[in-house]
Amino acid sequence: MEQNKITGSEALLRTLVAEGVKCVFGYPGGQAIPIYDCLCDYKDRLRHVLVRHEQGATHAAQGYARVSGKIGVTLVTSGPGATNTITGIADAMLDSTPMVVITGQVASPMLGTDAFQEVDMIGIALPITKWAYQVRKAEEVAWAVSRAFYIASSGRPGPVLIDIARDAQVEMVDYVYQPVRFIRSYQPTPEIDAECVAAAAAMINQARKPFALVGQGVILSGAEAVLKTFLEKADIPAATTLLGLSSMPSDYRLNKGMLGMHGNVGPNRKTNECDVLIAIGMRFDDRVTGDLKTYARQAKIIHIDIDLSEIGKNVPVDVPLAGNAKDLLQKLIPLLTLTRRDAWVNAFDADEQEEILKVIQPEIHPASGPLRMGEVVRCVSEASGNKAVLVTDVGQNQMMGVRYFKYSRTRSVVSSGGLGTMGFGLPAAIGAKLGAPDRTVCCFVGDGGLQMTLQELGTIMQERIDVKIILLNNQYLGMVRQWQELFWNRRYSCTEMDNPDFIAIAKAYRMGARKVSERENLDDAIREMFAYDGGYLLEVEVEKSGMVYPMVPAGRSLNDMIVK
Amino acid sequence: MKNGTLYTVIIFSENTVGLLNQIAIIFTRRQLNIETLSVSPSAIEGIHKFTITTFTDENTISKVVKQIDKRVDILKAYYNTDEDLVHQEIALYKLSTEQFLKISSVETLVRKYDVRVLDINATCVVLEKSGHYAETQALFRELSDTVGVLQFIRSGRIAITKSKVERLSDMLNAMKERLERKHG
Repeated sequence: MEQNKITGSEALLRTLVAEGVKCVFGYPGGQAIPIYDCLCDYKDRLRHVLVRHEQGATHAAQGYARVSGKIGVTLVTSGPGATNTITGIADAMLDSTPMVVITGQVASPMLGTDAFQEVDMIGIALPITKWAYQVRKAEEVAWAVSRAFYIASSGRPGPVLIDIARDAQVEMVDYVYQPVRFIRSYQPTPEIDAECVAAAAAMINQARKPFALVGQGVILSGAEAVLKTFLEKADIPAATTLLGLSSMPSDYRLNKGMLGMHGNVGPNRKTNECDVLIAIGMRFDDRVTGDLKTYARQAKIIHIDIDLSEIGKNVPVDVPLAGNAKDLLQKLIPLLTLTRRDAWVNAFDADEQEEILKVIQPEIHPASGPLRMGEVVRCVSEASGNKAVLVTDVGQNQMMGVRYFKYSRTRSVVSSGGLGTMGFGLPAAIGAKLGAPDRTVCCFVGDGGLQMTLQELGTIMQERIDVKIILLNNQYLGMVRQWQELFWNRRYSCTEMDNPDFIAIAKAYRMGARKVSERENLDDAIREMFAYDGGYLLEVEVEKSGMVYPMVPAGRSLNDMIVK
Repeated sequence: MKNGTLYTVIIFSENTVGLLNQIAIIFTRRQLNIETLSVSPSAIEGIHKFTITTFTDENTISKVVKQIDKRVDILKAYYNTDEDLVHQEIALYKLSTEQFLKISSVETLVRKYDVRVLDINATCVVLEKSGHYAETQALFRELSDTVGVLQFIRSGRIAITKSKVERLSDMLNAMKERLERKHG
């Protein structure tokens, strides 16, 4: 009997394997040494990616989860190791990314004594996790970890934190693993209300100008194909949120672009012209809606969401449809009348033409002057056959990235939406490449954000991660600079940056690297980047005063959108 | 007077460590002050019941309650205003025995306020009164103004809904149905 006993650390690793984990992003430390010791014996089953900072581990886990649909796993030590994960946990909470964060903790008799590297991690993590639990006994390890995986991935996904006291890591236990698939106090997916489904279908059938807003809920529920059937049957034009991008291919007839502050002209204008607004797995974030007092007041609103607390939170809803987006769309489809609405679908064209003329053409085909962010993004996208995974940092590089990259398949965008975390891009790209090893991963970063998690170049080197990093260097914190130019009397307070030699840094990390300043060298440099076997940094010197347009000024109405 | 309406939030939860913290932070995020709080085991073993009162508006409280309800270890959360509830608080008053005996008619006081005498010794008397806030407060004022109150404590509100169907039973039935469906 005695030899059947294993340590709590091994119980953790066995449970990770049982839950289907292949890859863990982490960083060792005092209160995680027993787990790391045990990891030696699990090398054949669990790949551990040694990051350079625990924040990087969380963003890498997020990138991994977003492209693969699997749960991202992070393993760190107590105290500072644990607190360094906070930004990534908060980011995953706001962006509904399934993630399990395992933190070491001081031995349970030391808890509450301000022991070395002790921090109240559960207390800190509670507001930004779906669930946070401290394990003090080895016998609880398998249960808590399995429960964590169930909670992180079910319903509206999110981060879960498991804090494991050191004595629970070394204590011996009879290993009993029973997957948790039911929690009586937790109903991940609300029951579908057939009356509401019928009411929504009737509303869509009577609509003359219906418009669908597509969020990440479509991707998370795997509803991409069902969404197309739904949109095509009733001929409904659609636009996506930032996180809903790539749920429909860029060239799809009913995909009218992106919503929100730096979204496309047509979707923002038509939000305030449509008669029925169908929100699918999105949460009416203020970056999408602008001023709520003038948002879609003319429209009846149908809101599909798996999270009951989102329905009616920001926008009053006429028909609430609580449940899984895929299930609800499947229930709606047979009730819809087959319709063609050419005039309404084509009504987006004029807006699109205006945007092409005023914004897009000057951005991607400038006649002269310094390189522009948009043209770099479009060139990279086309050179990848529009098939790559786009990872972005936050700021102008992000908005230019998502606006000018093109998508042909789902789960092709990894970007920090709700939290807007600078420094997200580089580590997230590492995770994305490991989550989708057969795909090309292009990571657009600015000179500010790159330097927030620059140390992860070490991870790329050690783990031989083949990511293509495109640094759009304008020597400014460009998005803040843009606001200062437009709204703060051009007082450029603390936004100009003296930068290091990024090429020398990349080379020091044994990566491929090249800097481009001239338009005529861009295509060749991109070709070289894609041909290079391994991680590559392409630094592009772009216009310093570049601006992202269109723009809905923060807190203003969609009607106040500045096209240019 | 406080801004808004007084809402009573009733929460059924698992009895796990840290739940009060989880609930409290949701109030904190919206800058809602918890007026009273009462926690105790419910009629069902292992399930705890929170009764929390706060001044706010319908729009805010409905969102707060949804955000509480979605926490993993919360079974059910809902809110009511006073007209839907039978509610009660309990208050204890400590007086000096010497002063207490100077009250012209203890009997009148006991009858008027429906007061119970819990303890009496040479130095102190402890009175108990249950009722609505205004009622326990009225006794406190009268005693303060006459004989003086040495110590005073009031519990958080406890409440029961007036409607015939107890929502706890709805919740339990739904829970049972889900479990049965899950296991075939």
